Order: sequence, then structure tokens, then C-alpha cells
Amino acid sequence: MAHVEQLVGSYRAWASNGASGAPAWLKDLREGGIARFHDLGFPNMKQEAWRFTSIAPIAEGSFELAKPPMRVPTLDDIRPFLLLEAGYRLVFVDGFFQPSLSTPFFDDVQSLAHVVRHRPDLVQQHLGKYAATDERPFAALNTAFVSDGAFVHVPAQTSIPEPIQLLFLATGEQPVVTHPRNLVVIDRAARASVVETYAALRAGAYWTNSVTEVVVGEGARVDYHRVQRESARGYHVAATQTHQDRDSMVNLHIVAFGAALSRHDIGAVLAGPAGKLILNGLYLLAAQQHADHHTTIDHAADHCESHEYFNGVLDDKSRGVFTGRIIVRPGAQKTDSKQTNNNLLLSTDAHADSQPQLEIYADDVKCTHGSTVGPLDPRALFYLRSRGVSEAEARRLLTYGFAAEILGRMEVAPLRAQLDAIVRGRLAEQ
Amino acid sequence: MAKTKALLEVTGLRVAVAGNEILKGVDLAMGEGEVHAIMGPNGSGKSTLAQVLAGHPAYAVLAGTVRYDGKDLLELDPEERARAGVFLAFQYPVEIRGITNSYFLRAALNAVRKNRGQPELDPIDFLQVLEEKLKAIGWDDSMMNRPVNEGFSGGEKKRNEILQLAVLEPRLAILDETDSGLDIDALKTVAEAVNQLRNAERSFLIVTHYQRLLNYIKPDMVHVLADGRMVRSGGPELALELEARGYDWLRDGAMVS
Repeated sequence: MAHVEQLVGSYRAWASNGASGAPAWLKDLREGGIARFHDLGFPNMKQEAWRFTSIAPIAEGSFELAKPPMRVPTLDDIRPFLLLEAGYRLVFVDGFFQPSLSTPFFDDVQSLAHVVRHRPDLVQQHLGKYAATDERPFAALNTAFVSDGAFVHVPAQTSIPEPIQLLFLATGEQPVVTHPRNLVVIDRAARASVVETYAALRAGAYWTNSVTEVVVGEGARVDYHRVQRESARGYHVAATQTHQDRDSMVNLHIVAFGAALSRHDIGAVLAGPAGKLILNGLYLLAAQQHADHHTTIDHAADHCESHEYFNGVLDDKSRGVFTGRIIVRPGAQKTDSKQTNNNLLLSTDAHADSQPQLEIYADDVKCTHGSTVGPLDPRALFYLRSRGVSEAEARRLLTYGFAAEILGRMEVAPLRAQLDAIVRGRLAEQ
Repeated sequence: MAKTKALLEVTGLRVAVAGNEILKGVDLAMGEGEVHAIMGPNGSGKSTLAQVLAGHPAYAVLAGTVRYDGKDLLELDPEERARAGVFLAFQYPVEIRGITNSYFLRAALNAVRKNRGQPELDPIDFLQVLEEKLKAIGWDDSMMNRPVNEGFSGGEKKRNEILQLAVLEPRLAILDETDSGLDIDALKTVAEAVNQLRNAERSFLIVTHYQRLLNYIKPDMVHVLADGRMVRSGGPELALELEARGYDWLRDGAMVS
């Protein structure tokens, strides 16, 4: 546990020096986070939630708290990661906000640190209220180091047409750790689309430990996209938590292409009646990549619908882990919940673990789930070949379809095009 | 019937699947532009014949030959057969997630066109070809932007097979129980489209359990397959006879006419 002590020590040094100017409520939040992390320590594979994922490379690694980048990238450097030049955009490099690359909007699309200084009321009422740290040491650690990240606030009955881009770039030059903390607040009957992307400028080894909380008001709608395309040597641990009020709609899209090792805890709470949730995810892995998606959909109110679709495409010696927990609370009658997890194994050394977990405490509900793990369907291969498509092309097409099925549910056209190009590039390498 | 140029010639074909011999010596000759029906009871080997001609890898050819357009068909991979003009309308069309029908059809058509030495079509040119084909058979484009066969009704799946046939313009179209699971209106819709697609160069091999499809698509020849052998061949009137008398009278001591 030396490393836990080391992280706690680095927190003490940071809190008493660089972060000492924070308001009292924020200091309290951080203290709570570090205390929790100290109690929990790093998870191990004996714990149910971590059965299939060893975080040894992180726990045994040595990661310094990131420092501001020596050189700020230019707009040209980051262009490959941008969807469009228009619209609001917040860019962070090694966790540090970059005003010169960003297009914020007053206190509504801004760096979290800025809003903590100027409009603490907007932050204080939500920050840390949704992403649980009870059994999540990484979220607790992130909370201890809360300093900056993206803040998005869409006022009631406001619609923002262009997607808001939140871009987190690692320089990949040093083995550092960053703890981005994001807060997205969509007020009553508002509508917005957000794209949160993690990527690297260089293929280094580093560790991202992020937490995002998304609060969605009554009758509001958010299309939230999260793209993880970290360096192939990077480590990525994250928690994304949505919380939606009555009659709201959340379309949560999750894509994981990168990192040597990644773990993403995705939680969604349907807190008010008649909420709708689509949780749509794709992991596309190769070499020895390991990606673990741990999803929890919490039906806490009646008449809500949730549709969860996760597809995994696993090549070489990669491994995909999916846990799909669905909780239907007492009184959450007329819940309609569907979950599917399909895994395509492109190599005999690839591996997928898929576990649905249904906990239903209401009696008048509809819950279905299904999962598959296997190679390409030989019937589909023959069908395509019988139409003149070569066997190699048929394999590519079917594999592409596995990914395209998920990407096709995204409504932001430039994002779909960007991800589609990445998928095609990956398939062409095979 | 006027003597036409031979397109397909099956001789002494014996086929096994998973070690079970299903076809026990099948002979069949079809000329260009002809429509032949293969009828027979369940388990007679009708679908096996259709699948073997398309090149399904699960079927092992034990003996016999298949000449198609002067070539040894059995030597060709399924995709090579398709490019040479063999088309199988599947009894159970396969669902393909994530790939739209129009994307799939364009990929197939371009593979076939490439083989014919024609330039590949871009999405816009393809759309034009597609619209012409749809117009010719009187259908709309409602199936085109949905994933291939996914969530299609039984009738839509069969129509989709015929649409592929129309777009790929094969010389030998094999319809494997295209009528099964269709109500009478859907059956008529499919049959009318097939009749539109008949021409002097295109042959059809219609595999069916029932006679009713043949009320709408008039065959030149009807063959009866029972227990892996052709037990009877004749004109369209044979189908009517089968409808009236069933298959049992052909099974025992049946004569090949």
C-alpha cells in the first residue's frame, strides 16, 4: 500500500501549497475525498466489481501530479481532435485549461476553476452530489484533487445548436496523473449536445483519472458523447454519472478506442417519472488492450425507459469486460428496460466477459437483457459472399457493421464521421 | 419447347452435410431463359440443391458435376459464382447489423460490376440505378436505409431478396422457398416482380413445397425431388397434379418420366 500513502502524501503537499486558496466548502470536499481514498485503498480482484480487471499497472506505477505543459499546443496541433471550429469549446492540456485554444461562454461554458471563483453557487449545489465515492476509490481520489475541468450550464428553456466540445489532451511526455473533474448542468426544458474527448498528442504512458457529473432538469434533453482515444500506453480510469429529473431525456454515448488499460464506471439515475435514457456504447480493442465498462442504470421512479446497447469488437489478445447492472427500485412501476451486450471476437486469443445484473424490486415492470460473445456469424459471411463480396471484404463489412450499429445512434454528424474514420482505419490495419 | 442454349447442367450430383448424404445423384438441365420449378416433400433435398449451387461451405460434394455457362461451377467460391451470375434468394435471409440495405447492395453490385469489367458506382450513381430498379418492379425505397433484414417482416425479407436479384441482374436466379411464410398478397407482389425480371437470357430455378407460387410464375418445367433423387419431371401440369394428389404416390416405385 506504499503507493496509497504516496498519493495521500502528494495530496497533503498539494493541498497546503498550490491548492490552499480554495474556498472552505471545496477544501472540505477534497478532504472527504482523500479520507475516503485512504480508507478504501486501491481495489483488488477479490472485489466483485473488479473481478476481471487488475489495476496493478496503476497501483504499482509511479505517476507525478501533472504540471502545466512546457509548450502550449497550437490550434493546428489539436485540429485532428476537433469536430468543428464553430461552437463552444474547452481545451485542457495535461489537465490545465488552455484559454488560447478554447471558446468559452461567460460563466456557462467555462473552466470549472473559473466558475468556482466567480459563481461558486453554480458549482457548490451540484459538485460531488451525484458521483458516489463510497465504493469507488478512484472517484474519491479525483474528488480529493478537484481543481479544474469543464463546466457547462445550459439555462432553462435554452437550446444550444452546436455540440459543446470538451477536449482533454495528454502531452504524453511525462508519466503524470491528471484528475479532470467535469460538471454539466442542463436546466429545465433546456437542450444541449456535449462531446467529451480524451486523447494524446504523443504516445506516452500516463494516467487519466476523470469524473463527470451530468445533471438534467425536468423536461430537458442532453446528448452526451464520451470518446476515449487515449495513447495506446496510457491508463484511463473514469466515472460518468448522470442524474435526470422527470420527463427528461438522456442519450449517453460511450466510445473506447484507446489506452492500454481502461476502466469506466457509468452510472445513470432516473430520478423522476417518465424519464428516458439511451446508453449506447462501443469498445474497439486490439493488441493487449483491456477495457472494463461497469454500467449501473438506476430506475428510481416510475414510467421510465432505458435502452442500453454495448458492442465490443476485440482483436488480437485484447480483453473487454462489460457489467450491466440495472436496479428497479420499489415503486418504479411500468419501468421498461432493455439491455444488450454483443461481443465480436476477431481472434482466438481475444476474450470478453459479459455480466448482466438485474435487481428488480417492483412487480409491474418489463426488463430484458441479452448478451453474446463469439466470432463472426458464418451465415452472414456466406450471405455476403453469395452476393459477390469477397471473404476478406465480407469480414471487414460485418465487423464494421458491429461498430456502425452503435455509431449510427449518434446524431452529431461530424462526430459520427470522425469516429467512423477511426473505425475504418483500425479495420484497414487488420 | 424450343431448344435453347444450355446454362446449367447438373449430373449425378451427390451431396452430404455433416456426414449425411442428402442428394443421392441429381440430374438437371436448364436452358437460357427457362424457368424450372423443383418441388418435393420436406427433407427431400430441395434446399440442399439450392445451397450447393450457391456454394455453401457446409455441404460436401461427394460425386457428380455441375456445369454453368461452360464452367465447372463447383470449382468456384461463392463470391465467384455470384460474380459469374448465380444468385440465391435465401429461404431465411440473414440479418446484418449496422449495415444499411443500400450500402450492402452497392457493395454487392460493385463486386459484380468489377468482375464484368464495368466501373464501380459511387453512392449517387448507385441511387439512380436503384431508383430505376425499384420503379421497374413497382416498389418504394422504404427498406433501403434500414440495416439489412433487421426487424424486417417475413414479407419484407423476401421482397428484399427479390430486390437484390433485380439490382444484381443474375443469369441464374435460384429462389429457395421464396413463397414460404408469405400471405397471398405478399406472394402476388413477389411473383409480379419476378415476372418483370424474366427475360430471354435469365433462367430461374424455383424451389418450392407448394404449387401456389406456380399459379403466378409459370414454369417451363417442373421436377420432383424425393429422398435426394429426381423422381419425376414434366410440364406445368405436373405441379397441379402434385397439388391434387400430394407427394406420396411418387415415393414408392416412382417412375422417372
